[in-house]
Amino acid sequence: MSDKGGYIKQGWLVLVLAGCFGAALAAVHVGLGQRIESNKLGDTLGQVPKLVPGAVEGRSELLGGRTVYRAVDSSGRTVGWVLPVGGGGFADRIELLIGLDASAATITGLYVLEQKETPGLGNRIEEPAWRAQFTGRSAQRRLAVTKADKPGADEIQAVTGATISSRSVTDIVNDAVGRFRAELGASRQ
Amino acid sequence: MSEHMGHPDGPTPLERFLNGILPENPVYRQILGICPTLAVSNSMESAMTMAGAVAFVLVSSNLVVSLIRGLLKPHLRILVFTLTIATFVTVADRFLAAYMHEMSRKLGPYVPLIIVNCIIIARCEVCAAKQSVITAVADAIGQSLGFALAMATIATVRELLGFGTWFGLSVMPKAWPAWVVMILPPGAFITLGLLMGAVNWIGAARAGKSAGGGGEAKKA
Repeated sequence: MSDKGGYIKQGWLVLVLAGCFGAALAAVHVGLGQRIESNKLGDTLGQVPKLVPGAVEGRSELLGGRTVYRAVDSSGRTVGWVLPVGGGGFADRIELLIGLDASAATITGLYVLEQKETPGLGNRIEEPAWRAQFTGRSAQRRLAVTKADKPGADEIQAVTGATISSRSVTDIVNDAVGRFRAELGASRQ
Repeated sequence: MSEHMGHPDGPTPLERFLNGILPENPVYRQILGICPTLAVSNSMESAMTMAGAVAFVLVSSNLVVSLIRGLLKPHLRILVFTLTIATFVTVADRFLAAYMHEMSRKLGPYVPLIIVNCIIIARCEVCAAKQSVITAVADAIGQSLGFALAMATIATVRELLGFGTWFGLSVMPKAWPAWVVMILPPGAFITLGLLMGAVNWIGAARAGKSAGGGGEAKKA
């Protein structure tokens, strides 16, 4: 039955279905798109008070072409910043939120928004105990990863068995914080 | 509508439904859908979400394909199946992202990957493209239950041994040293292999009993 009729006669069902399904998916997107976006944004904004001490909410701003969140307290005063950043990990992209104080001199918190690192090893970068190592570190010097038991002032202890994941997170933090400090400095001049 | 594509009778809706659960279990007997079976079976919560998403896609696709089976051109049928499946998978994926945000993040790429889950395209080809809507839906529900059963058994073993929990609730004694390997990919292969062996062994033993040693070619 291969050459009976033209392409349209052969393939009309595919075309009609593609049209119907496309319309259905567009409807789903219209119905759910906003909710999905607000879920993602809610994830980020919900973390702001946990990442910056004293902050009650985050306000999105553009700095150097990138979105950052200005963390403000209940009277609207800037108490810090939250940077949504990402980079390559061991398995896939890692998305982080970095909390900084108002002058971007100290890291006040770190949160892992998205990661697909090895379960049981690399995904331990999500654990609060590991992330807490970043809190209170100076944002003016680069952090290094160590396997030693007692890390120094600018050292982060690697997750056992996941040195690459640990180093990826630390590198993302170093680069993002350095870039943000430069942009913040430039915007204030 | 008459059955015009072979098998005028074919299995009845009840036979289709029952076959999917155990005799033709998609995972243990047909060895289909192994990718999600291995990838998201390290906790009951994600395994059951996956089973739910697969059930939605399977029932919807079988329904649509059965409705349009009289219009299918043999050489374009796989294209139509894939188009239908991809649409319902996208709906499921967006729904999870909107209403089960945490779970959607956890399942990552495995929800979109339902598109290439062979269980679904196999049911479209074997049943929905040839049989009535009622049979196709009964078949989809049976196969979905079979898949859910397989996911539940594997995830139960892995979550209990790997995390000491079931559906996130602590059930193992506090002293239980969580076996990390059970959460990792090797744990998935080990569990699937042992359970599949057990299912085949039980099947062979029962066949041997009822038919006096006949049925299975392999000796139990």
